[in-house]
Amino acid sequence: MQKLKLVMIGNGMAGVRTLEELLALTPSRYDITVFGEEPHPNYNRILLSPVLAGEQTVQDIILNPLEWYAEQGITLHLGKKVVKIDRKKRVVYAADGTEAEYDRLLMATGSKPFILPVPGKDLPGVISYRDIHDTEQMLAAARQYRHAVVIGGGLLGLEAANGLMLQGMSVTVVHLGEWLLERQLDKVAGQLLQQSLEQRGLRFALQAQTAALLAGESGRVSAVQLKDGTELAADLVVMAVGIRPNTELAESCGLYCNRGIVVNDTLQTFDPRIYAVGECVNHRGIAYGLVAPLYEQARVCANHLAGWGYGRYVGSVLSTKLKVTGIDLFSAGDFMGGDGHEEITLSDPVGGVYKKLVLKGDKLVGACLYGDTADGAWYFRLLKDEQPIGEIRDHLMWGENNLGDTGHAGENKAAAMADEAEVCGCNGVRKITIVKAIREKGLTTLDEVKKHTKASGSCGSCAGLCEQILMNVLGSSFDATPKTKTVCGCTDRNHQEVRDAIREHHLVSIPQTMQFLEWRTPNGCATCRPALNYYLIATWPGEARDDPQSRFINERAHANIQKDGTYSVVPRMWGGVTNASELRRIADVTDKYRIPLVKVTGGQRIDLLGVKKEDLVNVWRDLDMPSGHAYGKSLRTVKTCVGSEFCRFGTQDSTQMGIDLEHDLFGMWSPHKVKLAVSGCPRNCAESGIKDVGVIGVDSGWELYVGGNGGIKTEVAQFFAKVASHAEVLEYSGAFLQLYREEAFYLERTVHYLHRVGLEHAKQRVVADADNRKALYARLKYALSFEQDPWAERIQGEQKHEFEALPA
Amino acid sequence: MSHWKKVCLLTEIPPLGARVIQHPQGDIAVFRNADDEVFALEDRCPHKGGPLSQGIVYGKTVACPLHGWQIGLECGTAAAPDEGCARRYAVRLDGNAVLLNTEAAA
Repeated sequence: MQKLKLVMIGNGMAGVRTLEELLALTPSRYDITVFGEEPHPNYNRILLSPVLAGEQTVQDIILNPLEWYAEQGITLHLGKKVVKIDRKKRVVYAADGTEAEYDRLLMATGSKPFILPVPGKDLPGVISYRDIHDTEQMLAAARQYRHAVVIGGGLLGLEAANGLMLQGMSVTVVHLGEWLLERQLDKVAGQLLQQSLEQRGLRFALQAQTAALLAGESGRVSAVQLKDGTELAADLVVMAVGIRPNTELAESCGLYCNRGIVVNDTLQTFDPRIYAVGECVNHRGIAYGLVAPLYEQARVCANHLAGWGYGRYVGSVLSTKLKVTGIDLFSAGDFMGGDGHEEITLSDPVGGVYKKLVLKGDKLVGACLYGDTADGAWYFRLLKDEQPIGEIRDHLMWGENNLGDTGHAGENKAAAMADEAEVCGCNGVRKITIVKAIREKGLTTLDEVKKHTKASGSCGSCAGLCEQILMNVLGSSFDATPKTKTVCGCTDRNHQEVRDAIREHHLVSIPQTMQFLEWRTPNGCATCRPALNYYLIATWPGEARDDPQSRFINERAHANIQKDGTYSVVPRMWGGVTNASELRRIADVTDKYRIPLVKVTGGQRIDLLGVKKEDLVNVWRDLDMPSGHAYGKSLRTVKTCVGSEFCRFGTQDSTQMGIDLEHDLFGMWSPHKVKLAVSGCPRNCAESGIKDVGVIGVDSGWELYVGGNGGIKTEVAQFFAKVASHAEVLEYSGAFLQLYREEAFYLERTVHYLHRVGLEHAKQRVVADADNRKALYARLKYALSFEQDPWAERIQGEQKHEFEALPA
Repeated sequence: MSHWKKVCLLTEIPPLGARVIQHPQGDIAVFRNADDEVFALEDRCPHKGGPLSQGIVYGKTVACPLHGWQIGLECGTAAAPDEGCARRYAVRLDGNAVLLNTEAAA
């Protein structure tokens, strides 16, 4: 088959990323030709500031060396400007006469700096700050001249000014606004930034308008004249007052433009053969200038160029960070506040820290941080997910790591960490490894970091740290848009949409659900199938059939797989109570099957480790005890203390309460594991404060706590209700867990579910509304009526093939 | 003499599942996908030796039960960015019978 011809105009980051994505999808669909106006291969424009500051070289920031183009079979025309597109003949022409035919054309012409229309704007020594050429001119000027003026106190202007100062020039920043970075910072933070930059030696003229650029005797620029008559000495003037999409070529061939080449959600222009990505594009009225959204556009555009036809770009939310070494600032959302908004501020001008959080109702809508930006990524996430923050409001200001995660020595500030420090304690990933991967592979999202380095890929406790590292390396181009919002790569639907569809459209099987929701893969993947299986059986008990092949091995084999492929067996001990006969059987089984390790678990039971899979059913038979479900997203244990039967402090019979709860909830599948505890007095020996449902006996009845967690991040359970009777403990606990079963997303623990929906939501449905509570509890009991002991079923011969190997 | 040996019936392997064949050279996992195609791989993930037969099967891929590496059933190689390869064995269907040939490379 003859290949199609793809021509790309522009050789920058967004365009080349599109080609990379395209080649990954379909390496041989197109003959590709690239025209680049600059004489360089694709380089990382974001890192021009470190080059100017002398922290990196031009060579360091090349993303795709010339060899890459050759290896991919791409015809590369460097230093050739395309001047004409003939859309009828489908040919592009460069200024030197080079021409190329196309079947598909990709416009990635980027943006142009805005040049103030003042007298003297064309003098030698007046430049913009956009590419390697500009950077080289600035470096050359710094060697020869003394005075520089940067017009524009935005991100780019300040980075240019900082760089020139580090190269030894005396620099003044002329800025029209009342304070620096007025689009990214409020006034207080802007002034703190100004002070800090002034201490480093920069000078500022604020609320100052440029009237003219004056020439010296040599004909080179020598001064900047302001409207009020002031003259500032200047051998170099850098205009950094903004950029605008470069649409000259697109307009000249009649392509519809309006502050950018107008594209739809597939990055297609008004000419169906022509696509456009990057800073030259106007998507839903916005022209993006940061790299992360542009990479997202690249991904979608490649999907359509490859003929896959399902990607969709729907826009991005942005945050800001200044890449000036040693200055930390971050802002996102509506950080100015105003009517109808509330503000929480922390101000320590001497210590150089200022934080402002803007709230509307119980949502965070904006954040502006200066001096300590460690929690920027977390605030950004709260903001974009629109999470209710009512309950964490009083410690919102202290950040995500207020309670401390485990696994990375309590480190919570990526910038302060040494390169060799371990970020991910599960997979042994050091900071330097992550930084390198981000730089060399051009990663922009947490998901990509996870994929390439494994950091945060296991327990996830270091996800916040990894995000901070991303933010520090990428600066303003960091995009915290959560890419994992969909269930997985097989679908564009998120968990809520899937749950809703299953309920509203009465879907009862995985194939039916996948077909209805237009899954892209024939039978899903290891991420979506277990989620779908849970949603189905939880929504339609007795109707949807459990699919063992869509369960993770532990839930399929009803035992925990170990690193060597053997299994562990934890029989149920109701409420942590056992007896001589059970212990004798456990001892006998241990001998008979030569079980290498017997261990007491944290949940008050006994774990037999190292059992061969073929022995599982026989071990269960000989134990003659029910499954402890120690392997499932299900009810695990109900831990108890001795209680009033023996303990001299006990106020309630916590042991019996625990046994009854465990029987009441036996066989309950849930979005994630569920652990309970019952203590007989407030001394809380059963550790009810860190359980999904914790019950504490007091003299007048029982207190119920929910949403506790003793894992990666210790979370203290929150008070839920006080009840008087034994029966009420069962009803309230069961109703709460049923609400969780019906509303939580797969793999969401109770604490995360409650963070998402709010404790108040659960209280209203379970505590305040008695009818609803009874209905929830009844639905739970109905669902549990279908559950048997899985070990007993398998002793009877069910799923036999699972446990038998075949001879060769 | 033919090296093809019948190891089981297709119906003895659950769709989107696997069976373990105990072989003197080490366990072999025989997979069946949704289209009733069969595949055979050494039952060891190239990462940390996890038993691939215990993983979740989808499309023409199995996810290792230990750390989720995605191993292609046809080629035995791990999906990028992971790197590694599990040994393949020749396997085919004769009617309902699953035939394995441990002498020939797949």
